[in-house]
Amino acid sequence: MGTAIQVSDLTKIYQRYSHRKQFRTLKSALLGGSLLQELRPDERFPALEAVTFNVREGSTFAVIGRNGSGKSTLLKVIAGISKPSSGTVKVNGRISALIELGAGFHPEITGRENVFINGIMLGLSKREIEERYEEIVAFAELEDFIEAPVKTYSSGMYMRLGFAVAIHVNPDVLLIDEVLAVGDEAFVHKCIDKISEFRRRGKTILLVTHSLGLVEKMADEALWLDRSRVQMRGDPKKVVDAYLAQVTQHEEEELAAAEAKTSAEFEAPRPEDDGKGSEVEPVSAFARERGRWGSREVEIQEVSFLDASGSTKYVFATGEPVTVRLKVSTTGTIEDFVFGVAIFNADGVCCYGTNTHLEEFTPVRLSGAAEVRFVIPELQLIEGTYFLDVAAHQRDGYPFDYHRALHQFRVQSKVKDVGVYRPHHRWEFAGGVRLEPPRTA
Amino acid sequence: MLGNLRNLFRYRVLIQSLVVRDLKARYRGSVLGFLWSFINPLLQLSIYWFVFTYIVPTGRDVVGMSPYALFLFTGILPWTWFSSSVLESSSVLMTSGNLIKKILFPAEVLPMVVVLSNLIHFFLGLPILLAFLLYYGKIQISLLAFPAVVLLQLVFSLGVCLFIAALAVHFRDVANIIANVMMLWFFGSPVIYSYLNISPSIQRFLNYNPMTHILVGYHQSLFTGSLGHWPWLLVMVPASALTFLVGYTFFDRLRETFAEEV
Repeated sequence: MGTAIQVSDLTKIYQRYSHRKQFRTLKSALLGGSLLQELRPDERFPALEAVTFNVREGSTFAVIGRNGSGKSTLLKVIAGISKPSSGTVKVNGRISALIELGAGFHPEITGRENVFINGIMLGLSKREIEERYEEIVAFAELEDFIEAPVKTYSSGMYMRLGFAVAIHVNPDVLLIDEVLAVGDEAFVHKCIDKISEFRRRGKTILLVTHSLGLVEKMADEALWLDRSRVQMRGDPKKVVDAYLAQVTQHEEEELAAAEAKTSAEFEAPRPEDDGKGSEVEPVSAFARERGRWGSREVEIQEVSFLDASGSTKYVFATGEPVTVRLKVSTTGTIEDFVFGVAIFNADGVCCYGTNTHLEEFTPVRLSGAAEVRFVIPELQLIEGTYFLDVAAHQRDGYPFDYHRALHQFRVQSKVKDVGVYRPHHRWEFAGGVRLEPPRTA
Repeated sequence: MLGNLRNLFRYRVLIQSLVVRDLKARYRGSVLGFLWSFINPLLQLSIYWFVFTYIVPTGRDVVGMSPYALFLFTGILPWTWFSSSVLESSSVLMTSGNLIKKILFPAEVLPMVVVLSNLIHFFLGLPILLAFLLYYGKIQISLLAFPAVVLLQLVFSLGVCLFIAALAVHFRDVANIIANVMMLWFFGSPVIYSYLNISPSIQRFLNYNPMTHILVGYHQSLFTGSLGHWPWLLVMVPASALTFLVGYTFFDRLRETFAEEV
């Protein structure tokens, strides 16, 4: 097996020209007649730095990384659209790049005419297009509209036609940049099937995507770009895990910063002597506005999320144990008190809420400093950001300290299931049914 | 450079289909469709004819310019080809930015397509010109020089348009400047007046303008029937070729910056 794509020590530097400079260069270029020398950038921005890797012929290679990490630039350089600033790129065989679908379409002319022109732009001969024409139109599911001007197409139809033409170029090397993010579910499946067919036929695919599931499912090898450099390269599973770990760490930092900001913002004055709350409850019970109110006879001083080892964090995996720890304090001795927690998802839907009164604990005595722990042995939530309400109040509802949506945490999951919560479950199959179990770690 | 010219030959199918696309797209949806290619020059001609016959009757009955409508027409048609090409080239790389940024596409094809589709428009105006020539009995042997003049203009226009297209990517002001430059250039070329009727001191300046000789070429081959300007046209052969080479080289030097700048 040979090498399909060989990238060695590739560096791409983008150059910016400021407007002032531009005016000066035009003037001096016109006066001095030294146009080519005068086009000098005054700002340089590296999009790729010393990137080296090979893609084996017939393999599927995925490139992942955060936005702005250089993925698309890499693809453009491999496709030959941009030139490397230094280093080399070698591609063996015919190449087709799905960077923007239908990039060459002209809105005024018909789908049929666009198929031909687009095909020629992508390097097909007229004859080759004629041979594949029926197949292209069928794949795009546009038989009824192919004679209509492209400007009348919906964006989905446009994308479908663009994908259909590009995929029927039948390249040896296919470059795909996040194009599967568009289109309806059914068409995306069709595209993935087509790409799988490519793999089976031993073609090389280089895929840039944010869909980590797709990477684990399809890629033979993965490359993680971070801030213009290769961070890691190798087995897709390992690369994705390392990437996710970094994303998690990043989110942790963000949420910790948000938490610090919240506690500074709502660090309220001590209660007045008359015992009345310094802030009133928001009027609308539906508006999930963040807030804190109550008499502060009991004060919730600190709320933290703890993992199994007891250390604070903000990002949890589905199924992981989580403990919500409340540090409370009171100046006197209180005999009527309730502690409550509630979890809301980002849409403001209450996923779960409970308190010690509902669960029929009888308060006896609270004085000085205390710690309350709400222990969830397995966090059965789907992926997303969640907000936590915590409260200390009397049994009749009189609030001591109420925190609404002040604390947030994230749940990550490899499974992209949907809903409000995730019950314990498993699948069982019997009789004439057979499924491949998921590829697990 | 030689490799580039070879590539151009490879792109001929692409160029051809883009020219066809341009022509199809231009009038699609309009009621008169392709007829506009005939009507536009005709209307333009009537305006000039009216203005210079009734409002400022300068050209009437002057030797070498009569009938004036026909004289005007022989100059306006090729001038429109030239000026539309240059104007469209000054924005073509930006308006087709998607092609340059998103797919591997030979950018020089774009200004070339502009020049060629305007050439087709020029050709579509020719039947009307021919009808006028027949009407005035001006079909003469000098007509044989006409294709040579067209070829000269084609090569010259390609050079200018490649240069302008590349320049406009880096200096967006060019698109604005060029509209005025073309106006100046129009009055600095013998379209509404005759080269032979102006004083030699001004002629000396006009001689530096390649379009002067191309337009005189049209006037003489189609209108006056004398080919007295041939030495200048001979000079235009290397001059056009040089313009093309300079324009193409300039375009080629800046090519790699297009994907980032458009």
